[in-house]
Amino acid sequence: MKRETNIESAVPLAGLKASRRNLLKGAGMLSGTLALSSTLAALAPGRAWALDMKALSSHQGRVILRFTRYLYPHPSLEDAVYALVVKDLDDKASADADSKNTLAQGVAQLDQIGGEDWLKRSAALQEIDVASMESTNFFKLVRSTAVVSLYSNEMAYAHFGYGGPAGNTGYLYKGFNDLTWLPDPPPTASGPIPPS
Amino acid sequence: MDNYGNTKNFSLDDDSVVVVVGSGAGGGTLASELAKKGIGVVVLEAGKLNQRASFIPDEWPSFHQLAWLDERTTSGSWRIAHDFPNLPAWICKTVGGTSVHWAGASLRIQPHEFKARTTYGNLPGANLLDWPLTREELDPYYARAEDKMGVTRTNDIPGLPGNNNFKVMYAGATKAGYKKCSTGRMAINSETRDGRSHCYQRGFCFQGCIFGAKWSTLYVEIPEGQATGHMELRPEAHAARIEHDQNGKVTAVLYFDAAGKLQRQKARAVAVAGNSIETPRLLLLSESSKYPAGLANSSDQVGRNYMRHLTASVYGVFQKNVDMYRGTTMAGIIADEEVFDPSRGFVGGFHMETISLGLAFYAAFLNPGAWGKEFAEAMEAYSRTAGMWIVGEDMPQTTNRVTLSQGVKDQFGLAVPNVNFDDHPNDIAMREYSYQRGEAVYMAAGADKTYRVPPYPSTHNLGTCRMSEKPEDGVCNNYGQTHDIPNLFISDGSQFTTGASENPTLTIVTLALRQADYIAQQMKANAI
Repeated sequence: MKRETNIESAVPLAGLKASRRNLLKGAGMLSGTLALSSTLAALAPGRAWALDMKALSSHQGRVILRFTRYLYPHPSLEDAVYALVVKDLDDKASADADSKNTLAQGVAQLDQIGGEDWLKRSAALQEIDVASMESTNFFKLVRSTAVVSLYSNEMAYAHFGYGGPAGNTGYLYKGFNDLTWLPDPPPTASGPIPPS
Repeated sequence: MDNYGNTKNFSLDDDSVVVVVGSGAGGGTLASELAKKGIGVVVLEAGKLNQRASFIPDEWPSFHQLAWLDERTTSGSWRIAHDFPNLPAWICKTVGGTSVHWAGASLRIQPHEFKARTTYGNLPGANLLDWPLTREELDPYYARAEDKMGVTRTNDIPGLPGNNNFKVMYAGATKAGYKKCSTGRMAINSETRDGRSHCYQRGFCFQGCIFGAKWSTLYVEIPEGQATGHMELRPEAHAARIEHDQNGKVTAVLYFDAAGKLQRQKARAVAVAGNSIETPRLLLLSESSKYPAGLANSSDQVGRNYMRHLTASVYGVFQKNVDMYRGTTMAGIIADEEVFDPSRGFVGGFHMETISLGLAFYAAFLNPGAWGKEFAEAMEAYSRTAGMWIVGEDMPQTTNRVTLSQGVKDQFGLAVPNVNFDDHPNDIAMREYSYQRGEAVYMAAGADKTYRVPPYPSTHNLGTCRMSEKPEDGVCNNYGQTHDIPNLFISDGSQFTTGASENPTLTIVTLALRQADYIAQQMKANAI
């Protein structure tokens, strides 16, 4: 029996490589540049990023990335983070023919809706197209992968304000109780802080 | 060759040992206690030995390190069957079991909750029963467990300091009129004790405590048991079947070792502590011509009355930062609603306990399957969000049940468990009320918005081999000894006759302490 995708593979924390085209055969590439103001710049080796794909074409990668931006719309979240979703879908497509077919069919369906290239369609129509795909296997595969991949990486942690693995040493002396907009509970309710 | 810290190894043919299946709160404690009395014990643990230093402070990678991910199936009208059809429970497959993952809340079950049938009366559809035990009988063992586990606010141990998530809960609770809100009784050191550090407020309680501040059998009971020279831990030993002789007494446990090879460990007695899904599964898998319905199942109650606590969560979104992820996951408890008060529209009570999820699990569990702008907006508010979990008593029902799948097999070729669950009308009424109360707490603290979050895959799994006074009503007696087979014991939360409204680990440990005394006495008297 096939395991549901929604509890599958954890997302590797590895970010994307700095832009340097690796000569992989027969597959596509996604690339982009982090915004100057990006808080993620500190996490990346450089502003330019690239993703070499093993099973998906460049066009398929771009369509899936755009599709994911409508699924989980965070206007100020960099494409570099959405590219991690494409990366994980590419891994699945590379390991499993069914996933590869599902992705190819979904992209083909979108292109057909868009009359050749879905990426050229207006944003308003693209948003409607995404909703119209909800019952398809393509939508389910992309969504269940995206909800894991998009929010389980250090770039997302920085964007959304989650400490992530950086909190491993503990917040006892680093702000675990730094909230000041409400009164502190009395000592009967909240115990003493151990001396450092 | 790694000997897992063992100072003693037993022969497979040694039929003098007690075999304990599972090394979590129940099995790990029982094994250690028996070993301290000089009784030979072999612990079979399906999971690997993952030591504290190897814990991963990142939710999905940690989940894949610790969680029980063997195939399971689900059925029934609960939302889990739709959202997480192969993940009915969020429990662990690792040495220490779910005591690696638990959040530490350690509350005694209330006296009236042990008398659920008497207190709540006859509720159609609910298979309520009084425990064959009273709070008074358990109190001395509760006291021992609290001391052993270092429970805060007992034994003069100070309470833990509250984090930001607690500050929000406390402010809201007091404004909403609640009187009993504090950082609660927790088996997490607030000061260095028993050679274990105080808590450093990492916020990775669910991912395993690298400092060892939180009590777990992994680094407390199991090493203590091994040090006696009377206990052997065998990780990656997946129990497959319990064998019996012609008189019906159990004689051995068959298990798959790390290499996938079937082994047979002989036993004088067997104690099963695989959590409330695997425990009944093992009894059912052990069916024989003498016991065609599975071991200890003459009552047909094995696998039935599966309970998972009410559970629900409420998250509140505020104007300013909360950063709920900093510090203990379960940082505070509101206890006012723990009472029996049917004027609320339901029987049983509940606790509200802070909870925090990291970004990854917040996305996974906020509203499984959701997408679009509203979901994205909730995610954008992550750092301004506070959370609470509702732990309420759900009703035992005969049809809420663990059975063996007819078609699906696991990696060893054994039938996987299917978990069927439907809410009882009392569960639905309590959940609606508790959602409202949780929302009231956060609105009183100044929330702009609140979210009702459905139950997560179950961490509190209870009742599938329940204690009963009469053999026809349950599976085991008040020592966890099965009614049908005197040398077969149930040693985990499966024993719970009803679920009560308290996090179950303290009671599981308490029952294990009492059971250890009983098994030792029964062995001495040659009764088993």
